[in-house]
Amino acid sequence: MLITHLLVANRGEIARRVLRTCRHLGIATTAVFADPDTDAPHTREADTAVRLPGAAPADTYLRGDLLVAAALAAGADAVHPGYGFLSEDAEFARAVVGAGLTWVGPPPAAIAAMGSKTAAKRLMAAAGVPVLDALAAPTEADLPLLVKAAAGGGGRGMRVVRRLDELAPALAAARAEAAKSFGSDEVFCERYLPTGRHVEVQLLADARGTVWAVGERDCSLQRRHQKVIEETPAPGLDDATRAALHAAAVTAARAIGYTGAGTAEFLLAPDGRFHFLEMNTRLQVEHPVTECVTGLDLVALQLRVAEGEPLPAPHPPAPRGHAIEARLYAEDPAHDWQPRTGTLHLLDIPGVTAEFTTAPGDTGLRLDSGVEPGSSIGVHYDPLLAKVIAWAPTRAAAARRLADALTRARIHGPATNRDLLGAALRHPGFLAGRVHTAFLAEHTVALTAAPGADPTAVLAAALADAAAGRAGRALPSGWRNLPSQPQSRRYTAADGTEYEVRYRFGRTGLDAEGHPGTVLVRADPDRVVLDTGGVRRGYRVARYGDLVHVDSPAGATVLTAVDRFPDPAVRTDPGALLAPMPGTVVRTAATVGDTVTAGQPLLWLEAMKMEHRVTAPADGTLAELCVAPGQQVEPGTLLAVVRPAR
Amino acid sequence: MTVLPTRVDPAGAEHTGHRAAMLGKLADLAAEHAKALAGGGPRYVERHRARGKLLPRERIELLTDRDAPFLELSPLAAWGSDHPVGAALVTGVGVVEGVECVITANDPTVRGGASNPWTLRKALRANEIALTNRLPLVNLVESGGADLPSQKEIFIPGGALFRDLTRLSAAGIPTVAVVFGNSTAGGAYVPGMSDHTVLVKERAKVFLGGPPLVRMATGEESDDESLGGAEMHARTSGLADHFAVDEPDALRLARRIVARLNHRKPGPDPDPSAPPPAYDEDELLGIVPGDLKVPFDPREVIARIVDGSDFDEFKPLYGTSLVTGWARLFGYAVGILANAQGVLFSQESQKAAQFIQLANQRDIPLLFLHNTTGYMVGRDYEQGGIIKHGAMMINAVANSRVPHLSVLMGASYGAGHYGMCGRAYEPRFLFSWPSAKSAVMGPQQLAGVLSIVARQSAAAKGRPYDEDADAAVRAMVEQQIEAESLPVFLSGRLYDDGVIDPRDTRTVLGLCLSAIHNAPVEGARGYGVFRM
Repeated sequence: MLITHLLVANRGEIARRVLRTCRHLGIATTAVFADPDTDAPHTREADTAVRLPGAAPADTYLRGDLLVAAALAAGADAVHPGYGFLSEDAEFARAVVGAGLTWVGPPPAAIAAMGSKTAAKRLMAAAGVPVLDALAAPTEADLPLLVKAAAGGGGRGMRVVRRLDELAPALAAARAEAAKSFGSDEVFCERYLPTGRHVEVQLLADARGTVWAVGERDCSLQRRHQKVIEETPAPGLDDATRAALHAAAVTAARAIGYTGAGTAEFLLAPDGRFHFLEMNTRLQVEHPVTECVTGLDLVALQLRVAEGEPLPAPHPPAPRGHAIEARLYAEDPAHDWQPRTGTLHLLDIPGVTAEFTTAPGDTGLRLDSGVEPGSSIGVHYDPLLAKVIAWAPTRAAAARRLADALTRARIHGPATNRDLLGAALRHPGFLAGRVHTAFLAEHTVALTAAPGADPTAVLAAALADAAAGRAGRALPSGWRNLPSQPQSRRYTAADGTEYEVRYRFGRTGLDAEGHPGTVLVRADPDRVVLDTGGVRRGYRVARYGDLVHVDSPAGATVLTAVDRFPDPAVRTDPGALLAPMPGTVVRTAATVGDTVTAGQPLLWLEAMKMEHRVTAPADGTLAELCVAPGQQVEPGTLLAVVRPAR
Repeated sequence: MTVLPTRVDPAGAEHTGHRAAMLGKLADLAAEHAKALAGGGPRYVERHRARGKLLPRERIELLTDRDAPFLELSPLAAWGSDHPVGAALVTGVGVVEGVECVITANDPTVRGGASNPWTLRKALRANEIALTNRLPLVNLVESGGADLPSQKEIFIPGGALFRDLTRLSAAGIPTVAVVFGNSTAGGAYVPGMSDHTVLVKERAKVFLGGPPLVRMATGEESDDESLGGAEMHARTSGLADHFAVDEPDALRLARRIVARLNHRKPGPDPDPSAPPPAYDEDELLGIVPGDLKVPFDPREVIARIVDGSDFDEFKPLYGTSLVTGWARLFGYAVGILANAQGVLFSQESQKAAQFIQLANQRDIPLLFLHNTTGYMVGRDYEQGGIIKHGAMMINAVANSRVPHLSVLMGASYGAGHYGMCGRAYEPRFLFSWPSAKSAVMGPQQLAGVLSIVARQSAAAKGRPYDEDADAAVRAMVEQQIEAESLPVFLSGRLYDDGVIDPRDTRTVLGLCLSAIHNAPVEGARGYGVFRM
């Protein structure tokens, strides 16, 4: 049945991605939006939009009843779930179908079959697909172990266990997290392969029995079990292994009567053996790399299959070249990947040739982003800012192109993982194809080594700020008939280092302390050109309140301007515990007046799918407890005060 | 556009010679300025710092807007006196929260910031600038009071300080006092008479009489804090509007006060789009000859200070020893009077009087560029009415109501100094170049006149004239007058607002014109312009 009007039951970049294909195909669109997304691009770009009152996913994008009602109200005849949220919820799929709408996804039964990882393993083992057995009673010989939620995904509820005595607490914690996140506290454990690779096969199946294995993707670069860099083809696979993987994936799909787009995930051991992990019954975040090398529009094919049409050919097109995707997140890799919130002021990635689509030609840079300047990056949803995808004839060329784009990108607002992505893409181990799921964890320190700020970039910030402060003034900057001291501007870098720039403009030009021989070629509020040793470098400078972003081809520097007159009222108690990130207080474990010991957990914060402990900084007494369970906190919120014992 | 041509050859021997002489004078000047910057010297500066206090110029830097210009005034005050150069006070025009203000700061490293007679004159000059240009006045106070050995020079005229504060207030010109330390006895009236006051915690001391004096007077036992601490004045007496926890906090508060003054500048700011002069201002170093007997063309100076070197002359063929004309400087319209051949004749005087009247009708500020030896003397000139004509010029200058700026480039002798708006004619600002000299007449002429008078007196009494003694006296007088006509000497006596580097002339005049435009610019009216 031809789809004429589609409701996208999702938000962010994936909603825009689906909308883009609908526009190409001439399908009318309806978006849904929770209150924080009232002004989001996906809300605006759809033909019509339906409000989901509230902010929390449980009140909005996870409300199947509201979504079905929205589709009916808007006159849609089909629903695309995107990824995440209700995309793998068989009940929702049934509700959509039950309302007489076309469900763009696999049959509800196939979703249900793969919904439990433990059940899926059994099913796949029966079909002859190699699986890692769930361990009923792990022993010393099985270490290390990975604890997983049966209903989980996206890294939630996963824990690595290296000693048997850690197992019980890990199971308990995973159960709690799983119950909260997925409504099922079923967890299991399997052997953990620290140097294993995550390789997955893109599947497309129609109702006529055609199943395509549209190439594989390597998604080994992960942090906290979440993919960060994905690529296709998987590097270093021999033809036999590749063929075996594809065949296993096709077997898996056939075993459950799969239709539509799906992904079979495998763990590939260093010895070349692989085991089925799970099947994702939806479009993957990383689907663009497959599109870039095949030229396919996977969303269009999903719609085609949902309409009951066959796949256009018995076999998928052969891939050409190599594509790599980097997920740009608002998070701080140097601080335990803590999510960062705030207003995104600018997202400018130079050289983008396509958005949400593959452009004609063999090489290019694609951007899939759900945000725009002015977007607020909040606590409710995934802090994914954009997916940047480079494709090129070779892997090395794609990696170079992507790393360069990330370095040159102007991203203003919350801190991002951009430097880590660039460093990973340039890492010799990555370039040699030596990737595995612990790669980022192993190299985090090297990849995030914060060398402070480039002093020349700080100088450029000061000179641009000086120009901005004086914009429109005609008289010479900082002129003195009796010079007694230089002008001074202070900044703190992201790592907390404070820099002072001391400068003066004399008759011969710039005189900046610590920068002998640096000549100021020009200084405007938004652009500074400096000549050092005969080499000119340009710096672009933007400021948002006290935040100063300096971008140059060598990389970006984020600074916070230090107030000339710190408000004496703002003083922090040394025993004060401030929220390290935005989140929700889950529970507290002490009350005012309690004697506490250093390291003792006082309360738990849940932020971005993870629980974070807040512990006593020293032995002493809990003097103040300023928050209660359920309370939402912003970074810097005073949580508690511990008065140290004398 | 009427762009002035130039005949300056920067590589020529004449220019390089003048330049070398000027650079020598600038080096000497820098050495004198360094004395003012050094304050009370390293020992007292360190002691002050050790108390966690800021130096006066550090206080000013924190008070003023970053990267904004600051024009320090009278830095050589007290030069040549028994008191340290700078007179224990820093004054100037700076920008606070976008508002041009007159700022003064006591230098507590110089004898505790005590006021000597030159401190008083420097402070009164700052007050005058605030009043005439309607600039808010911010006093950064920390002074031990009057320098007692010189109290006779201070006590009676010093009352003007407090009178000025309240008159400024009455005129609607805001006054702010920030007290960092001692401000006692008479000094207590500085915050007492100011519109806005900030006192620094545990530092400010504002009382009429300290504990010893109180005990002598009434027997009461007391302490500094209860008599005049910031906390007491903020909570009890009400003298302090603002209680600052430390010095930076005090300056922050002062900035907030100025930000809230609702100050409205009636005139424009300097125009950023104003074209710079077509010629290099660096060449101003080589224009004034080392020997002031050699005339120079002031158009070469005008060409290096006005916008685009664009200058339209008034009566260029009449009274050619005085150049008059119209230009702009950072966008501000100015009328310029500049001496060309040193001497002022009748024609020049009449031309000047007419030009000054025109500027008043048009509300255009006037700039006087001095290089004059005075009005012409001699039978023909006296009979030609030089006194009448000079009087016309002095009359016009004295009664002109548009703002005047004077720069002494070279000679400024005799009544020519008056006609060209010397200090007594109250130009809004007056600066000297290191090459300037000013006196009733040139040293040689003055010595010569004395010699002739002495010789006549001897002859009248029938006494023989001692030629050797005459030569010695002439030499001595010549030397003394020469020394007393130098810019550092005159600046030390507050006869100018500072000695400036010729290359800074455009910037300094731009700052002054901007300051001037805080008050309405209106010329004298009454009669039409007299054609003379």
